[in-house]
Amino acid sequence: MLDFSILTNHLPEYGEGFLNTIKASVFALLGSFVLGTIIAVFRISGFKPLRLIGAAYVEFIRNIPILIVVLFFFLGLPSLGFKLDGFQAGTLGLTVYTAAFIAEAIRAGIQSVPAGQTEAARSSGMTYMQTMLHVVLPQAIKLVIPPLSNQFINLIKNSSVLTIVSGFDLMYFADIISSETYVTFSTYIFAAVFYLLLTLPLSFAALALEKRLARSA
Amino acid sequence: MTKRTKKMSAVLLAGLFSLSALLGACSTTGGTNASGEAAGSAGSQLDAIKERGKLVVGVKYDTKLFGLKDPASGEVQGFDVDMAHALAKSILGDESKVELKEVTSKTRIPMLNNGDIDMVVATMTITDERKKEVDFSDVYFQAGQSLLVKKGSPIAGIDDVTADTTVMASKGATSIANIEAKVPGVKVLQFDNYQDAFNALKAGQGDALTTDDAILYGMAAQDPNYEVVGEPFSDEPYGIAVKKGETTLVEAVNKGLADMKSDGSYNEMYKKWIGKEPAAE
Repeated sequence: MLDFSILTNHLPEYGEGFLNTIKASVFALLGSFVLGTIIAVFRISGFKPLRLIGAAYVEFIRNIPILIVVLFFFLGLPSLGFKLDGFQAGTLGLTVYTAAFIAEAIRAGIQSVPAGQTEAARSSGMTYMQTMLHVVLPQAIKLVIPPLSNQFINLIKNSSVLTIVSGFDLMYFADIISSETYVTFSTYIFAAVFYLLLTLPLSFAALALEKRLARSA
Repeated sequence: MTKRTKKMSAVLLAGLFSLSALLGACSTTGGTNASGEAAGSAGSQLDAIKERGKLVVGVKYDTKLFGLKDPASGEVQGFDVDMAHALAKSILGDESKVELKEVTSKTRIPMLNNGDIDMVVATMTITDERKKEVDFSDVYFQAGQSLLVKKGSPIAGIDDVTADTTVMASKGATSIANIEAKVPGVKVLQFDNYQDAFNALKAGQGDALTTDDAILYGMAAQDPNYEVVGEPFSDEPYGIAVKKGETTLVEAVNKGLADMKSDGSYNEMYKKWIGKEPAAE
């Protein structure tokens, strides 16, 4: 049933695609974590314009298809004078898109830390930033691990969107292999296995981390 | 009345085809009986088409001049579409008995093999590699690979393409191997369909788009800022693909093609879409 010659004959393509998928995922993971945290802080800020910017970002990006976000960076930006290649545009789109979901997860985590904690920190002389960094975020992080790991798993799967902008990812090469060999089923099954190699360990690691943090709490 | 004559001619046609199948291939054990009904499970695709009374044809929806869906009317139009209707007329006696389904270079063979479509009439080049997967009719359109560039581009033909040139193509197209052989090390970006590739070219993501000239002329007609440059640098004979082993269907298609060529309707169709007479064979 499974045609293993597809895997052995096209290992270099699968390998290159796998590496590019890892690269895009790692960049987008780091980028969306940083961007998502900033947006989350905006959303709960005491300063109204910041709150509005944060809310606008989340509601706008979260409610459009990732395909459009990526096509904007690939086809739209060049008309504004910035040119990104398929890999860059895809990774940036992935970052911007995932950041909206991460911001929501972090915001929920932060807001579930009791307000009394913030009040106590502020009244003992800490600035807003100090309160966030030393009191609120360390507690929130435990609460946001499960939703965050979900988002990171989604991010890896969503990285397959790079294929439409010729981003040389795993899906791109799977498309080409299936077009060249006419073997559709096996080609995509092997691609799925490569995705699982990334997502399953992440899934288990998140579970283990969750358990450890629960014990320490 | 028309219904009856249609039915009679269908039966007659079926009889003719089964006879020719018997005389011709002689390899199938099932075959058809005189009334045109499929004999058990060994019935051919041709029988299935006649029983259904409808030809299901895979055509492109994104390729100007061959198969393009008009967003306003929702109708798909082009040379391949007219060819599908002409074949329905030849096989079923009624050119309206056609159901079109969208295919791309990527999906056409899987869809054919899955039985979603009876045949592919979708700017498909006959290659030895593809012959292992499907059976082809005689050549129904003679194209050649060329280049589409933005007007004023330094590329005036295949000789100007170097290893530093970025060329766009459609995933799984034969044009990729061709240009890689002509220009070793050329950078190729592959997209899901020609429209995506053309959008990327317009956004400046590459220097040229390569595929068959017939398709490129359609794109140039779409946007006058782009032009086809240089002489065609390959032979791309288009064939109509059917499922492997469906010899009777290939014969029926070839007969239809031969009739179209002899009665002049082929030339008419060619002129209607391409704007000139086909080159002499």
